[in-house]
Amino acid sequence: MHELALCQALIDQVDRVARQNSARRVVSITVSVGPLSGAEPKLLEHAYAVAAAGTVAEHATLHVETVPVTVRCRTCRAETAAAPNRLLCGACEDWQVDVIAGDEMLLQRVEIETADEPAH
Amino acid sequence: MCRDCGCSLGPSVARAPFAPPPTASKHAQVHVESIEVITKILDANDRVAAHNREHFDAHRVVAINLMSSPGSGKTALLEATIRALQGELKVAVIEGDLATENDAARIRACGVPAVQIQTGNACHLDAQMVHDALDELPLAGLDVLFVENVGNLVCPASFDLGVHRNVTLLSVPEGDDKPAKYPVMFRGADLALITKVDLLPHLEEFSVERARASLRHVGFAGEVLELSKRGGSGFEAWLGWLRDEVASRRAAAA
Repeated sequence: MHELALCQALIDQVDRVARQNSARRVVSITVSVGPLSGAEPKLLEHAYAVAAAGTVAEHATLHVETVPVTVRCRTCRAETAAAPNRLLCGACEDWQVDVIAGDEMLLQRVEIETADEPAH
Repeated sequence: MCRDCGCSLGPSVARAPFAPPPTASKHAQVHVESIEVITKILDANDRVAAHNREHFDAHRVVAINLMSSPGSGKTALLEATIRALQGELKVAVIEGDLATENDAARIRACGVPAVQIQTGNACHLDAQMVHDALDELPLAGLDVLFVENVGNLVCPASFDLGVHRNVTLLSVPEGDDKPAKYPVMFRGADLALITKVDLLPHLEEFSVERARASLRHVGFAGEVLELSKRGGSGFEAWLGWLRDEVASRRAAAA
């Protein structure tokens, strides 16, 4: 269960973005996570509630976008979907493939609330 | 360590509590904006890891992260390796466990320096923990630094420590389908060691061929060596792999 450590790292980044942009609060956070990153979306959501307490992200909604595993075959060049424990080309079954999606763990965007003073 | 190189990276610093900027009047207009960030969630860890790697490179030390389930033989492998390389390569070890100094004590009994990281309840080592351990471990004159990660096939796979190579052990009693069950861990390895192969006659359900196929299916492209407590050709091949790593690191630094 390293998702708590991941959420703490995530909130450190969100905190920095919020400060840089003079946010009053964070409305939502969107992350994208592939199964080969080693992070489990459900556990991220649970851990987030704990990690966010008392921070700028306390009342923010966490959106976790899951990214399916996609491989590109070095032999036939096909790009196909693959299971995390069966990284084979879906077209020719060759195992010499490169993972082109599904191993990422990214902070995509932060939605913040700011306050503008009305012009006088 | 960082007192030596003058870098600013010390122990991790707690974040100050967030206070929203004051609003001058209640007539202020509140609006919501979306900011595209697109950074790795573990960006901060990766930066510390890169920094650790600079330290290893500056001292021409090969850093190797050992990962596996608890009880697959990481510490026993280190003990045998240290004894076999005595007088040939200078070795030190960073040990990671939730609790106890047991493993560091075993390594020190072999006559090499060891630092024990006690993670408390944390299930993995991260780059900052390794960096902090380097404060107590002079790298000068070392050839190889082993980091023995917390026994766990899940969490350690997500954290770059700044090492040059990741080695994952799979012991025969665990079963030959471990790579299929824990693909992230085995996919990230540079070398896989099947340990306790002297138990194969007692555990007929384990097939080395199936283990190798399972490794291939999770995208593992490295070498697979078979080791047992009784030594043998696999252990010699492991020592050879280590010697090659040291030689190529020296050649790269020259």
